[in-house]
Parts: sequence; structure tokens; C-alpha cells
Amino acid sequence: MIESDTTLDTLGYFCPMPIIMTSKKIKQLSMGQVLEVLSDDEGIKKDMPAWCQTTGHEMVGLEEEEADPKMVYKAYVRKSK
Amino acid sequence: MSMTQVEPATTLAQLQETKPDKVTIVLLSGDMDKAMAAFIIATGAAAMGMQVTMFFTFWGLNVIRKEGATSSAKDFLRKAFGWLNKGGAKNLPLSRFHFGGLGSIMMKKVMKDNRMPSVPELLETAQDLGVKMIACTTTLGLLGISKDTLIEGIDELAGVSTYLVEAKDGAVNLFI
Repeated sequence: MIESDTTLDTLGYFCPMPIIMTSKKIKQLSMGQVLEVLSDDEGIKKDMPAWCQTTGHEMVGLEEEEADPKMVYKAYVRKSK
Repeated sequence: MSMTQVEPATTLAQLQETKPDKVTIVLLSGDMDKAMAAFIIATGAAAMGMQVTMFFTFWGLNVIRKEGATSSAKDFLRKAFGWLNKGGAKNLPLSRFHFGGLGSIMMKKVMKDNRMPSVPELLETAQDLGVKMIACTTTLGLLGISKDTLIEGIDELAGVSTYLVEAKDGAVNLFI
């Protein structure tokens, strides 16, 4: 379990929406806070680290959870700038 | 008098680090699927902190025209283009399986069921994220599209030199 300060639910949304919603949400956090992003779009496994790489935020971790009807991916991002 | 020596190599490297990647997208097509691809890439890039410029030319101009706009040109041919070519991001045809309009309707339904934003919504998101939008003056003239029939928020009307200046530094330059 990775600790987070806030959760963003993007379940049911396809690329590019999870990334766009993340970039908007991260502005509301303070420096050092961790955002948990829930997504059932498998692309998030690669997209989130790529987004972190270009925006300078820290990719804290990624978890996968069996869920109905699709796997749920939880990405943890720390606001670093 | 004291002078501080600044290391040129350091400052250049710092500049390059803070300079965002530039992306240019030329949208020549007026098809719904192609416009969607263009806006998805534009919004994705903008969400990643890149500096995005979109150039709308030929049929791509239809995407940034007001709903149902026709031509204000005086001559017959351009007026005819205006009639055949109603404006608006809502009215775009599919590039394949259009079936006289049925294709677009089917695609819009599939998109709605899958919570995929429509072209007007993607356009709005792009504008919110600071994507620069430029309309090509030449094709505006050729297709008889006047400036006042374009939607709000078009940053510039420009020509090929403006495009090339941006594209020259672009990390990603796409033609859709």
C-alpha cells in the first residue's frame, strides 16, 4: 500500500483523458503531496512514467488490482515542482 | 569595478533544460477521425508540458469554423464550396465508412458510450491547455472562408513562413 494525499478517479476514461486529468489535478496539490490516480486503461502503465519524465514530477509507484470488469491500475505521483 | 564571470556552458545547458519541447501539427484533413487524432496528440503533448502549435489548412479549416458557417465570397465557385462544406467541429465526416452520414452517427455513439470526448470537447480542452491555433490564410481565401466565420480563440492567421519557423524547432512535426 502506497500512501497518498488525494485520489483522482479516471475509471472508464481512455487516453488521453487520464493524463490530462492528472495534469490538471496535480496543480491543486502542494509540493511533496502524493496523488493516487485510478485508471482501467492499461496504457497508463507506460504513459504515467513518461508523463512524469517530461513534467518533472516523481513517479512513486504503480499497483495493479484485480477488479470487475477490468483490472484497475493505481499510479502514485508526487508533486515535485 | 568587479565583474562576475558566468560560465557560458552552464547557462546554455540550463536554458536547454527549461526550454519545453515544441510540437507542430498541420491538420489538412476535415475528417472526424483525423481531427480526433490531431487533438489527442495536441492535448496529450500539452499535458506533458510541451509547447504545441496547430495549423489548420484546407479541410482542416472546417474544424475551426462556426456551426453551419458557409462562404461569404462573392464568386460562384467559392460560394459553392461554402454550401458543400458546412463548417463546424460537430459536423465532420468519417474518412471511411461514412455511408452518407451514418458512419459519423455510429462513431459518435461509440465514443459517447466509451466516454471518449467529442471533437468540440477535444478542441476546448486543447484551448484550455494553451495549444496555439493558427489558420492558413491561403486556404481561407481559396475556400472563401472569412475570418468572422471562424470560432473564438484562433490565435493567428498566417502563412507558410510562420509554420516553418515553428516546425524548424519542433521536436515533433506531424501532417494529418
